[in-house]
Amino acid sequence: MKKVNYITFAFIALATVFAGCKEQGEKSTGALSSNAAERVYVEPGKYDEFYAFLSGGFSGQLAVYGIPSGRLLKVVPVFSQDPEKAYGYNEETKPMLNTTFGFIPWDDTHHPDMSQTNGVLDGRWIFMNGNNTPRVARVDLSTFETAEIMEIPNSAGNHSSAFVTENTEYVIAGTRFAIPIPQKDMPIKDYKGNFKASLSFLKVDQESGNMDLSFQIRLPGFSYDLVHPGRDKSHGWVFMTTYNTEEAHTLLEVNASQNDKDFIAAVNWKKAEEYIKEGKFTTEKVDYAHNVYDEDTHMATSTIKNEVRVLDASTLPGLVYFLPTPKSPHGVDVDPTGEYIVGNGKLSADLTVHSFTKMLDAIKNEKFDGEAYGIPILNFEDVLGGTVKQPGLGPLHTEFDGEGNAYTTFFISSEVVKWKVGTWEILDRKPTYYSPGHLSIPGGNSRKPWGKYLLAMNKITKDRYLPTGPEVSQSAQLYDITGDKMELLSDFPTIGEPHYASMVPAELIQSKSKKIYRLDENKHPQATISDANVKVEREGKEVHVYMTMIRSHLNPDNIEGVKVGDKVFFHLTNLEQDYDVPHGFAVIGAENSELLVMPGQTETLVWYPKKVGVWPFYCTDFCSALHQEMSGYVRVSPADSNTELTWSLGD
Amino acid sequence: MNLKIKCIATFFSVVLIACGGKEEKKKDGIRLQQEKTETTIEAPSDTGTPASQRIELDNKGVGPITSVTLDAEIDEALAVKGKEVYEQMCLACNKPDKKYIGPAPKGVLERRSPEWVMNMILNPQGMVTEDPLAKDLLQEFNGAPMANQGLTEDQARAVLEYFRTL
Repeated sequence: MKKVNYITFAFIALATVFAGCKEQGEKSTGALSSNAAERVYVEPGKYDEFYAFLSGGFSGQLAVYGIPSGRLLKVVPVFSQDPEKAYGYNEETKPMLNTTFGFIPWDDTHHPDMSQTNGVLDGRWIFMNGNNTPRVARVDLSTFETAEIMEIPNSAGNHSSAFVTENTEYVIAGTRFAIPIPQKDMPIKDYKGNFKASLSFLKVDQESGNMDLSFQIRLPGFSYDLVHPGRDKSHGWVFMTTYNTEEAHTLLEVNASQNDKDFIAAVNWKKAEEYIKEGKFTTEKVDYAHNVYDEDTHMATSTIKNEVRVLDASTLPGLVYFLPTPKSPHGVDVDPTGEYIVGNGKLSADLTVHSFTKMLDAIKNEKFDGEAYGIPILNFEDVLGGTVKQPGLGPLHTEFDGEGNAYTTFFISSEVVKWKVGTWEILDRKPTYYSPGHLSIPGGNSRKPWGKYLLAMNKITKDRYLPTGPEVSQSAQLYDITGDKMELLSDFPTIGEPHYASMVPAELIQSKSKKIYRLDENKHPQATISDANVKVEREGKEVHVYMTMIRSHLNPDNIEGVKVGDKVFFHLTNLEQDYDVPHGFAVIGAENSELLVMPGQTETLVWYPKKVGVWPFYCTDFCSALHQEMSGYVRVSPADSNTELTWSLGD
Repeated sequence: MNLKIKCIATFFSVVLIACGGKEEKKKDGIRLQQEKTETTIEAPSDTGTPASQRIELDNKGVGPITSVTLDAEIDEALAVKGKEVYEQMCLACNKPDKKYIGPAPKGVLERRSPEWVMNMILNPQGMVTEDPLAKDLLQEFNGAPMANQGLTEDQARAVLEYFRTL
């Protein structure tokens, strides 16, 4: 029986491959002119044209790739501990992962969205959501380090997040899971009408990038799936898809798919700002952590905040409207002009596109079809801008190329479909391998797309790569979209599951990239910026080692007088001031990780000496020809010994 | 597969070279007397005098500095500034008056031109690849290359003034 299954499977696989071949064969004009390899080949020593920032999905990180080569440039640790870089392991970055649930070393990252100026992606920061324990992070693109993490109160399932308005006024975060607000012990079956949702507005300081939870809008207990701030003419509004408007609390697969239409919620955030100014908010007691990394002290601090201003959408007129949208829309995407709002109804046969102009008109003339919890529902026909008929199965997300074309991924039929904004005609379709979620075009979610490439991010790869046991990687597939027809150029495996990606021309970031931390700007309280200040100090059971590192020695490299039961802090300062000369530090039996200290930086590793003896430590990053010599010993004496505390190098 | 083998082979040969070089240097305690003499014969390039002892006052080195004039009087304020920079940027490898990872700067201007000293600070990589004396020094000092600490020309000039006080 099993054998038959395998044969069937093999047959299907083969059929798929043949189908793929046929597709390729028909569309391509032959090997001579199809030079896809040349178009993704970036010569050794040459740079890629674009940066692509892909969410790491359940890895909790942010992956940085060069496009078109698909070369992995860096993995930036954001919501998950990373022993390679000591993120979340060293004393300096542990506070980054602090929440009101305690130290949370993992999350599920979905949507990296770049800061904008006048509707154009500007290369300053990437904002990204943690889905599980609701948080929004900011990654600084001069250092490629996580600079800030804000926990979101009154939130669960922080999926419709973290999306940026045209001038980075706000980062917006919605909730996928409705919950009792405030949380309380109550029966799950009483969900309907009692569970609520939140839309959070995080104000961004334009100098520092620091976020401040400015206010929240309280919404009915639907599932808010994705968010797209308005662009250009619709700037000042934000659109969000909903599903489970049925407010089911069990077997959602069936029970949340009953309504013929769910909604796209249109939220007027300029109006919200007015209401805040007028004092129409209530201040709620909440707890949330705000964690900020200071680049001068090389340290993060975590602060628990206690209040949030809340606007109630049910009682404040003009704040929120519902646009009926067929069948559990997933993605919502606004075209570069801001006129069209695409609802990707994942169970719908057609793509529904709303018109912003018509929406304003319908609001003005009160063309309402009813209301939900006091929020007006606009008449479907009166807001409908157009329909893309039968484009494929399972539409999820749409991006734009700036030339009037839209591109939508279809999860079930595994393809990307190109269509014309305004005429709604289908122009081209190409298969993906397989089941794409998001797609990305450089600037494709903004007022100014750069076009050229399209990256489809696939959930399933099955037979695309050499098998690696039951778990195989997800992938990204790169298409050239400069011609009338899309051309598949390459695919490459990704870390975790990539959801959204943000792509920008390299020059926006390249020139601003920091090369070292300056020693004379190092304000770390335990920094040792001159070798003259190297020392070891005992404070009760705590031993502080103020150690320096430079090619190719650690100073001190002989330490005596440490005892079993001590808590040893190794404060390492890398004295190098040259590009690409990090030094690592590892000590036997450390329960955390290594350190990887950048030039001019200070980091701290805590070590618990448990066994009497003489134990080595060493540099982990091959830094020079004498890297193997970059090591030392710490002598650990019994707890009751009188060994004097001494340290030395070369004596 | 072939490529993989090649890569591995290359890697090993690099490692072997590195190890070989190291053993020659790693002398003292256990090494045999014969080998010791062997290494000392290899190290100096032409004259037989160790590079650190050689006097080359006409050699300006390779780098941005082509001409430096030293006043007869030492500029004390500048030297103080230089000491500050030196202690932050250089002390980890160069002790003022004894051989350490690198040579001691004490008395360096009796053997080197001011230009050469500043170029060594500002352009260490270029120096050890293009200046024969710097190349020999690298050999003499265990192949530990001087780090480029990113000093400005003004800072390097101040450090030079500090060297005059040693």
